[in-house]
Amino acid sequence: MVEKLKDLMSRCYIALILLFLYIPIFVLIVLSFNNSRSRVVWGGFTLDWYRGLFANAQIREALITTLVLAFASALIATIIGVSGALGIHAMSRRNYRIMMIFTNIPMLNADIVTGIALMLWFIHFIPLGFGSVLLAHITFNIPYVIMSVMPQLQRMNISIYEAARDLGANALYGFFKIMLPQLMGGVLSGFFMAFTMSIDDFVITYFTKGAGVNTLSTMIYGEIRKGIKPEMYALSTLIFLVVLCLLLVVNHVGARNEKKNRKYYLAQESNEREEFTL
Amino acid sequence: MIKRKNINKRAWFSSPYIIWVVGFTVIPMLVIFRYAFTAREGGFSIENVLALFDPIHFKALLFSLKIALGCTVICILLAYPMVLAMRRLNLGQRGFALFIVILPMWMNFILRILAWQMILSPNGILNFIVQKLGLQPLAIANTGTAVMIGVVYDYLLYMILPLFNAIAEIDEDILEAARDLGAESLTIFFRIILPLSLPGLLSGIVMVFVPSMTSFVISDILGGGKMQLIGNVIEQEFTKSANWNLGSGLSVTLMIFVLISMAFTMKNDVEGKKSAIW
Repeated sequence: MVEKLKDLMSRCYIALILLFLYIPIFVLIVLSFNNSRSRVVWGGFTLDWYRGLFANAQIREALITTLVLAFASALIATIIGVSGALGIHAMSRRNYRIMMIFTNIPMLNADIVTGIALMLWFIHFIPLGFGSVLLAHITFNIPYVIMSVMPQLQRMNISIYEAARDLGANALYGFFKIMLPQLMGGVLSGFFMAFTMSIDDFVITYFTKGAGVNTLSTMIYGEIRKGIKPEMYALSTLIFLVVLCLLLVVNHVGARNEKKNRKYYLAQESNEREEFTL
Repeated sequence: MIKRKNINKRAWFSSPYIIWVVGFTVIPMLVIFRYAFTAREGGFSIENVLALFDPIHFKALLFSLKIALGCTVICILLAYPMVLAMRRLNLGQRGFALFIVILPMWMNFILRILAWQMILSPNGILNFIVQKLGLQPLAIANTGTAVMIGVVYDYLLYMILPLFNAIAEIDEDILEAARDLGAESLTIFFRIILPLSLPGLLSGIVMVFVPSMTSFVISDILGGGKMQLIGNVIEQEFTKSANWNLGSGLSVTLMIFVLISMAFTMKNDVEGKKSAIW
């Protein structure tokens, strides 16, 4: 009885926090259907902003910039980050620590300081624009990749790789056939984390972009004083719904795999127990 | 001996990353330090760094510290019951709850903060509800309270995630044993849960404190331009006053707080690294 009451209370608390997290999102979704340019008046239901969205070249351009930037920076950061993690992992304890301190700098530094420092440096050798923003995004993305690959590297069973090398596989073959499959979970989550961080970033992009280039974030920031174009609400609602659907699918597939895995682990565990009794 | 050599060879994998760290983390930091210690007219000066103690800047710093401390404490108080409640869910539900908590990140953060502006405004949703209940309308808009709600909203996730990871790993058997031996809920929390989740708590604090102190968009939108965080001051030195040296000087002083957070995480990380014998 007490347990049931506790369960009920904890569920209520989760619901309250979720309410807090989702209120602004409901507001934005409602606004995307609001037939009025004012933010406080409800002018009836409309789909105009969704139609206008596909006609608005500026928004389309910013969306494409945002997506290309996120994809390119996440991809390059993953390549540099994974090879970096492999190398750092093989270093002596002292060098490992030094490298991890440097890896932590972009993560812990205030965004505004990172953005300004990069901007002050970039103006010495490249014009501020897409290129400089891409370099900046790669810079703050690499640590996320390293942080998600490193724990897996530490857990990985290296003997399998060494066995493959002993049996004549060269380093490259061994890496792609043995190591990478074991690290794949970390690599993928690192890539998606980097992708998300890049899409979500405003401050660093703001300082390194120069004139002429706009991501969705910087475009929205520029519109605050003039008033946000309602098409922006429509676009965010669409992005939100697409991600929601994608993640639901991934989650569903993941849950099914997990069930399979759990069965496998249970079987393994009981095997291990038998070995112990032997 | 051969193995030793192999390991060192693998360390070379990190060379692209090391080049990147030097080029885009170390050098930008040196550049911002150079700007910070140069007077506007040229020549060495420490005035820009000491400018933090100018009454206007110092006021912004104190307000930033107040917001950051308050935000961190509120996030801890909200997050602990949340992760404990999430722990009571079964495995599948846990994954789903986590996914629902992360999802709002996919709505652009500036738009979400703008939504809070609408919710908190004098004729916004909150006051609509408050008046329906027959209470006095609240005057939260453009105050420190509004800024506080904004930062808590934006950074709560960064407290929940590491705390949840730490708490999910606690073995239920330990709690069960404590209960069997007659420990009360409070004792269990302070003697078992709190110490075992300390690493998660520390990284949560690190991820909430500095960002909430230096954000400038949230205070800009929800403070109505009257509430200046140290981030606002720095941003204006770069965009409006165009005194880059002063802006750099203030940024450099901010790094004291970053260094403190770094000391926290490194202590964590070193303990976290299990001996990588191979």
